[in-house]
Formats: sequence, structure tokens, C-alpha cells
Amino acid sequence: MIEWANAVLQGILLGGLYALFAAGLSLIFGVMRLVNIAHGDLIVLAAYLGLSTSVTLGVHPFVALLIVLPLMAAVGYALQRGLLNRTLGPDILPPLLVTFGLSVIIQNALLEGYTADPQKLSAGPLETASIPLGELSVGVMPLLTFGIAVAVIAGLQWIFYATGLGRGFRAVSDNQEIAQLMGLNKAHVFGLAMALALAVTAIAGILLGIRTSFDPSIGGGRLIFGFEAVIIGGLGSLWGTLAGGVILGVAQTVGAKIDPGWQLLAGHIAFLLVLAVRPNGLFPRVEH
Amino acid sequence: MSDPVVSRATRTSRIAVVVALLALIVLAAAPWWAGRADMRLMSEIFLYLSLASLWNLMAGYAGLVSVGQQAFVGFGGYMLFALTVFGGLHPIAAILLAGLLASALSVPIASLIFRLKGAYFAIGTWVVAEVFRLSFAQISALGGGSGSSLPVGIVRSLASSRSGREALTYWLALGAAAVVILSVYLFLRSQRGLALTAIRDSEVAASGLGINIWRTKLEVYVVTSALTAIIGGLIFLQKLRISPDAAFSINDWTAFVIFIVVIGGIGTLEGPIIGTIIFFALREFLADFGTIYLMVLGLVAIIVMLKAPKGVWGLVRDRFDLELFPLSYRVRLDQDRKKT
Repeated sequence: MIEWANAVLQGILLGGLYALFAAGLSLIFGVMRLVNIAHGDLIVLAAYLGLSTSVTLGVHPFVALLIVLPLMAAVGYALQRGLLNRTLGPDILPPLLVTFGLSVIIQNALLEGYTADPQKLSAGPLETASIPLGELSVGVMPLLTFGIAVAVIAGLQWIFYATGLGRGFRAVSDNQEIAQLMGLNKAHVFGLAMALALAVTAIAGILLGIRTSFDPSIGGGRLIFGFEAVIIGGLGSLWGTLAGGVILGVAQTVGAKIDPGWQLLAGHIAFLLVLAVRPNGLFPRVEH
Repeated sequence: MSDPVVSRATRTSRIAVVVALLALIVLAAAPWWAGRADMRLMSEIFLYLSLASLWNLMAGYAGLVSVGQQAFVGFGGYMLFALTVFGGLHPIAAILLAGLLASALSVPIASLIFRLKGAYFAIGTWVVAEVFRLSFAQISALGGGSGSSLPVGIVRSLASSRSGREALTYWLALGAAAVVILSVYLFLRSQRGLALTAIRDSEVAASGLGINIWRTKLEVYVVTSALTAIIGGLIFLQKLRISPDAAFSINDWTAFVIFIVVIGGIGTLEGPIIGTIIFFALREFLADFGTIYLMVLGLVAIIVMLKAPKGVWGLVRDRFDLELFPLSYRVRLDQDRKKT
């Protein structure tokens, strides 16, 4: 019994990481209806940037975030203004196929630069520290990851609904032409949205790298987890992605408890079940 | 002035038919003029051409952009192994049955993932492919995660001599490509194809004309799934060895196929043919560079998508008004026709 409770608890905490994968996807879809197939590879790119920074400067991965986060945000802004803005339009093919090409390019560039050897970010004693909780014990790192995820989503929610920047996001999301008439530069707003999304991706990448080993090929899998969390939670809802991440995380850890080979399969099945029963996700944003 | 004439065929398209038939005869005779390595390469080209034509039908005409067709390639491959080893079927019968099973399987899958729109549909197909990969990796009778080889007895049942087997698998690949291209062409020429083109151009207008969009897309999905599984069976009949990672590889069976179609020209029948030729030519020159080759492909695809969304064939067609597969209608006055 206690083992199952432990599996569920670990799953909930793992869900925080998946919510971070999902938040960036959800954000850019919400603002510009873009689904970025390269999202997972950008998470892995952030993990590698964290690795290079923490190794060359000899600093903790969290300190490396001070460099990686602005760097990824800059990459996001440049990517959006230089490439992705040109693909947006009524046709869904260009953004899809361009980000797919981007995914292949990032993956192979990482392979060329860092080889296929698995790498890991070292967070020192933090990795093994734990807090006793009744008969269970909770790792500090998973707890911290979950806390960061909640804080990031709360922060995004605040930006979206309480700042001028967020008002710009919502305006272009609702009606691009009228937002332009009101003096918003669409291309710039989209650039900022992508910058923000990749800043979140930077956090997700560093936390991923501390949690498990990574190699250039795992981006696709991370994209799928993020995507499943978005759909389970309901499109357009930021808190929904956290719920989706938690459900996916619990399905995976409980599946792994039943049979180690079932970990990923159980997560996918949970996703397909939600799709069958509640196609709009569990917590869809109310349409106005 | 005389009455206008509506025709689909052009002089170019009539010449193309003759050239295609001659090419088919020359290619069918390859076992008598080509070496072993050349025949293997040509078989691979034909199978990629088939996958590209099928993906193009889905993405370019039905708007179903899938990044999960490896699900059906791998399924076809695994069914070839399962039905011959455990069902005792002849390999060719097993491959055909695999197509039938894939079409049956694709209906419930479609009923789930058709709920996702556009790009989300794409990632949904990828999830399905992952479910396939993880499920087949669980089946220990088929070698689990490490895979298995096709037993010698089954390979021998194709033909007793090695050269006989090689000729047979080559003909199967060539025949498959010819059948796939012809079926896609006939499908697009039919009333259903017209409905599909209408949906591609405007879903709202098409449904206003009484076209059942969901049903038309489902038909395309089911047919391409079945044919993709058959091609998958043929691919692994060539390879004789299967493993979950090879069978459900997104790079091999989807990324390459997408690059072929995008570079050649999406939404045209000629595009996948041109794309396949370019893809294999690039591979011959750049394959030694491995990762660089893939980066170049990705870059070329992005540039094509941004600068020439209709691909290489689109450029050719716009410049010279060519159409090898006569799909569009041309209206001409009789006088014009005499001039040409």
C-alpha cells in the first residue's frame, strides 16, 4: 500500500516537470496558434547549454540558469522574428513542416557538437537530499521541481492577465488585425511570446538535466509528454497543463510500478483515454 | 469562332504516359541488366517513392499532416514476421493480410485522433506510433525490444535461389510503387478525388456543397494506412530483420518521407517522384557526412517551404505550364487547339 502511495506521490511531483514542458507549448499556441514540433529539442538544447555553462564556469546548474534563461529567450525572439513569423497564416502546413525541419536540425547539430553520449547536470548534494514524510520520504529535488513549476505557471498567469505585455498577448490572440490597428506590432508581440516560452523551456531543460541523463535524441519524447499534458489539461488553460502534467506523471509512475516496461505506455494510454472520453481535455478554457 | 473544348489530357501528359510505360518495361527487366547492389538501391527508391506518394495524398490533398506513419510501416513489418512465423502464411499473403489488418485498425485510431485539429493531429499520430513501438517491444515472441530475424525457411519459400528471391523482392517493390502511384492518380481523378480537392481548397465551401468532410478524410486515412502497412511489409521483406526501433523509426519512415514530399512539391502527384530522385541523389553525395546530411535536408526543406511552398515541381509547373498527370481541366477554343 505504502509503495503505491509513494508511486502516486512521485508521479505528482514528476507532473511538475511535464507541466513545464507543456507551459511553453500552451503559451505559444494560445498567442499565435503555432504548434512548435521543435519544442522538445529546444528543451534538450537548454539542457546542453546548461551543461556547457556549468562545466566551463564551474557553477551550479541553477546559477547557470542566469545565463541559459536569457540566452534561450534571445534565441526564441530571434527564431520567431527571423523564421517562424514568416510561416504563420491560414495554412497549417508551413509552421508544422518548418518546425519539423528545425527539430531535425537542432537534434543533429547537438549530435555533432556533443556526441550521442548521455550527459547529466550535477546539482551536488541537492540530488540525494530528502525530507521524511510519515512513512514516505520525498526527494528535495522533485519537490523543488514541482514548486518551481507552480511558481512558473502562477507567474505566466500573472503576466497574461495582469500586465501590459499579457494584454498584448491576449489582444493578438483574440484578433490580430484589430490588435495591429490598436498600435500593437504583431511580429514583436509574437517574438516576445516565443522569448517567454523559451525562457520557460530553459528552466524545464535545466531541471530535466538534473533529474535524468539526456542525449540529443530525446527531444521528441519530451515534446510528446508536453503535448499530452496540454491536451489532458485542456487547450488554452495554463493551470490545466499542471493538472495534465500531474495526471500524466501519475499514470507513468503507477504504470512503472505494475511493470517497468509499462511506464511510457501507461502515460500514452491515459492520454488516449482522456481523448476518448473528454476530447476537449479535463479543464478546457471557457469560450467567451 | 468554334465551341470551347474541355480536356484533361495535354500533349505533355500523353508523352508522359508513353515515357512512363517504357521506363516501367526497362525497370522491370532490371534483373537482367542491373547488379545486385543497384537492384537493392532501386527497390529502396521504389518503396520510398510509395511512402512519399501516400503521405502526399494524406497531407497534400486531405490536409491530414501525420508525423506518425511509421506506426503503419512498422505494423506491416511486424505482421509479416508474425503471420509467417506463427500463422504459417506465405510472405506475400502475409503482407496483403497486414494491409487488411491495418485498415481495420486505422478506423478506431482515426475516431480518436481525428478529434485533434491541425498540428495537434500531427503530434497525436506520433503518440499512436509510440504506442505501437512500445507495445511491440513488449511482445517477447517477436523478440521484444531487441527484435528478430525472418527464419531461413520462410525466406526460402519465396524462391529457391538467391537471385530468384532478389528478383522477386525487386519486382514486388517496383509493382508496389506502380500500383500506389496509379491508385493515387485514379483516386484523385474520381469523384472522391474532386471532393478531396474541394476540401483542400476550402473546407467550408466543400461542406456547403454537400461533401461529408469527416468521411472523405477517413477514407483517405484508412486507404493510406493499409497501403503504408503493405509497403512496410515489403521494406522488412528486403531487410529480413526487424526491431521496434527500426520498425517505428520516425527519422526513417516519416522525416525522410516529409522531406521528399516537401522538396519535390507537396499537393502534386509529380512532387514525390521528383523529391525521391533529389533525395537519393543528395544521399549518394552526402551520406558519408551523416548528421551534416540530415541538417542539410532539414535546411533545404525549410527554405523550400518558405521560398517555394509548392516545391521543385511547383516551380517547373508554373514556369512551363506542365502537368504529367492530367488532373486539372483545361478549357480551350478549337482555334487554339489547332495552333498547338
